[in-house]
Amino acid sequence: MSEPNKLERRDFVKVVLAVLGSVMGAAIAIPAVGYLLSPAMAVQKKESWISLGPLENYPIGVPTLFSFTQTTVNGWEKTVNSYGVYVTRVDETIQKVFSNMCTHLSCRVTWKEDAREYICPCHDGIFNIDGQVMDGPPPAPLQEYQTKVEEGVLYFYFVEG
Amino acid sequence: MAEKVFTWLDERLGLKTIYNTVLDRNVPKVNWWYTLGSASLFLFALQVVTGIFLTVYYVPSPDHAYDSVQYIMNDVTFGWLIRGIHHWGATLMVIFVFIHMLRTFYFAAYKYPREITWITGVFLLLATLGMGFTGYLLPWNQRAYWATTVGTEIPGTAPFIGEFIMRILRGGSELSAVTLARFFSVHIWFLPAIILLLIGTHMYLVIRLGISAVPRKED
Repeated sequence: MSEPNKLERRDFVKVVLAVLGSVMGAAIAIPAVGYLLSPAMAVQKKESWISLGPLENYPIGVPTLFSFTQTTVNGWEKTVNSYGVYVTRVDETIQKVFSNMCTHLSCRVTWKEDAREYICPCHDGIFNIDGQVMDGPPPAPLQEYQTKVEEGVLYFYFVEG
Repeated sequence: MAEKVFTWLDERLGLKTIYNTVLDRNVPKVNWWYTLGSASLFLFALQVVTGIFLTVYYVPSPDHAYDSVQYIMNDVTFGWLIRGIHHWGATLMVIFVFIHMLRTFYFAAYKYPREITWITGVFLLLATLGMGFTGYLLPWNQRAYWATTVGTEIPGTAPFIGEFIMRILRGGSELSAVTLARFFSVHIWFLPAIILLLIGTHMYLVIRLGISAVPRKED
């Protein structure tokens, strides 16, 4: 009855079942996996140019604190984080922006005008006006941001880290 | 190889016996109305799986319930699908369980020796309705809020103990965060546990007693 190269009824059923089964399995598995991995796939961009206002607001030679907030949305919740940067105008054309986060354990450093240095209140880390470590435990200089001036307004490129 | 593994397992677990008892049972010649029990069981399984998936993102708190549902619907990949299946599956389950009961009633399948199957079935229907009632509040939108306000007000009209029942349902005199939390708890722990026990009993009895045949004219 059955010729040698002909597909047997049983084998045909097996193949059809395997194919249909795989299709149905994929139809269930793909949404399930996508659903679970979804938040892991969403990459939040935490870098942006932030305006510091007109350049003339900042005195030359005196680091000035600028505070701002960044809102991040995680799922159904908004989190507002506060950050601070010190804006230092070296002269008319050169300006530097430093994070006020101590590189030791992330406490906030403060500029002391009388001593002309940044002091971290937590473990007495000391940085100079260029953000370099002068004393104490900090392992690295203060984080410096890229800056630009457009139409008299100062910007810095904020990178959270 | 696969056959060897299966034989090894079967010798210890008795898989073939389970298969023969559960799936290769003798059944009388019946019609499509007799598939409603299996359909209900399938829908329940579907609700369990999609429900478990929903708890990955859903938060049962007035602050976040609505937003977390919006997040599932708009931002999570295939979130709309999972919640959609849970939403429509719930409606279908009530319908299927109810028609399953009607079939049992009209075909007189509840009679001796199947009374306990019938009774567990009645409680399964009530538990299914309970799942619908508690699940309805969870999205915490206007419809959910007011439907539950009304739904808990109704037992409150009963004389003497009505108000007390209402306070138990709401976890206080008004609808609040406590209501949402307890409805969630009942929805995902209490009722599913009860339903699983009842389904276990129900199906044990179906297998033990077999299903009744379609009644003949002379019955």
